[in-house]
Amino acid sequence: MHIDELFQFHFMTNALIAGTLVAVMASAIGWFMVVRQQTFAGHTLSLVAFPGAAAAALAGAPVFVGYFAACAAGALALSAVSSGDGHARSLGHESAAIGSVQAFALGLGFLFVSLYHGLLNGLDSLLFGTFLGITDDQVLVLLGIAVLALGTLAAIARPLLFASVDADVARASGVPVAALSAGFLLLLGLAVAATSQITGALLVFALLVTPAATARLITSRPGLSLALSVAIGLVVTWVGLAIAYFSIYPVGFYVTSLAFGLYVLARVLR
Amino acid sequence: MLGHEFMRNAFLAGTFVALACGVVGYFVVLRAQVFAGDALSHVAFTGALAAAAAGIDLRIGLFAVTILVALGMGAAGERARVDDAVIGSFFAWILGLGALFLSIYTTSSSGGGDGTAGVRVLFGSIFGLSASEARLAALLGALAVAGVLAIARPLLFASVDAEVAEAKGLNVRLIGLVFLGALGLVAAEATQAVGALLLLGLLSGPAGAAHRLTANPYAGIALSAALALLATWGGLAFSYLVPDVPPSSAIVSLAVAVYMAASVAAQRAREPKLESVSS
Repeated sequence: MHIDELFQFHFMTNALIAGTLVAVMASAIGWFMVVRQQTFAGHTLSLVAFPGAAAAALAGAPVFVGYFAACAAGALALSAVSSGDGHARSLGHESAAIGSVQAFALGLGFLFVSLYHGLLNGLDSLLFGTFLGITDDQVLVLLGIAVLALGTLAAIARPLLFASVDADVARASGVPVAALSAGFLLLLGLAVAATSQITGALLVFALLVTPAATARLITSRPGLSLALSVAIGLVVTWVGLAIAYFSIYPVGFYVTSLAFGLYVLARVLR
Repeated sequence: MLGHEFMRNAFLAGTFVALACGVVGYFVVLRAQVFAGDALSHVAFTGALAAAAAGIDLRIGLFAVTILVALGMGAAGERARVDDAVIGSFFAWILGLGALFLSIYTTSSSGGGDGTAGVRVLFGSIFGLSASEARLAALLGALAVAGVLAIARPLLFASVDAEVAEAKGLNVRLIGLVFLGALGLVAAEATQAVGALLLLGLLSGPAGAAHRLTANPYAGIALSAALALLATWGGLAFSYLVPDVPPSSAIVSLAVAVYMAASVAAQRAREPKLESVSS
């Protein structure tokens, strides 16, 4: 068992490149998601990817089209239902609304799966991911999306952080808080759709929330903790892919366990 | 429709699962703990698959793990309320474990694996319940409803204003823990009927609708239970008439439709008032 073996096969190089792109995108955008306390919305978006993929398979369209269309639609639906003024009573309403969006999406997904009888074997990898069989085209699409998403994020990072930390003051100083919030949800949807293809709809969350939560435990300086979040995301993805290559168990298990292990470590050492 | 035994079983189990989800869901929404309920439904999935991988009865894993994790989450959070990033990190890992157990289960032939356990746990199989399973589900549902109604008054107080409730000598932490335990019980039980992934629809849809329609808590609890019952019965009947649509999809779609109708109705009712205030 040699480490070089990892780079010998084309499918593995593709998996590593795709994993790298996805890890950077998910942990950077996930960091803002955790700061904005939109964890539940992010989870819902990641589950919306599942009916999208199932619907695409049912219609005979490429699966990644389904991922992206569903996540964009989900982001728009979420920004429509979330009022975002942060009071306790509206918080309850908002979480009920997000929960309903998620439940409906999953119900649809299951309907599509049962209409399309052949998908049952693929269901596990749709939900839990696979790193096998990532094509060159997919890597190119992922690269384009990562550049687009991270470029947009860099452009709006400062006002977004301001609006996330104190929405009222930001609104008073002329920051377009509502537009930023909708734009951020769309970005989150984009990142989730891209990540779902590697980690599966259920495990996107490990890359979105855990590196960011760990980084925020370690340092409270925004720039540093953002960078740390990306670094953690990269390390768990690389190591997870490497272990999964030498083992028979799914990559999602290793990535989530490594990420959670680091999180627990950071909590204990604090 | 009720001439078939599997339909009678489905209606018996569905009725009590719906009542339990409606009653517990009302408090879940009131306490803004929908995300915790969601996390618990994923825990139920991992628990059931762990039991399947170990070759023991699914339900043992389901109930033991879900209730334990519910209590653990409550113990970890302040006043038995839990932080979102903590839940998120934790249950991302739980789902990863679920993926591991699923692959152990499907690759080992010794477990009697037919390869559909994952799908069954994720999406439920209410039409496949035996008479004894349905009776057990009904019993546990009734138990959860009775438990939550028994602590309804202090639970309402502690949920609406924890500080004042504590100052009045109420043990807010204990109440929160008992509630999370009941939530775990409901999550585990409903997983059999509507599946781990779809449980959330029954938990948040009818309850969210009830919160929109009335501010009176007791009317809200009753309304939430009634709407959940409506969604479940309607979904079961629809799925019986249109066999292509799985029952859990039909139930959850109805629950969400009820929520959307209630939101629109509440919006309509509020708008004229806003105009009269501003003019």
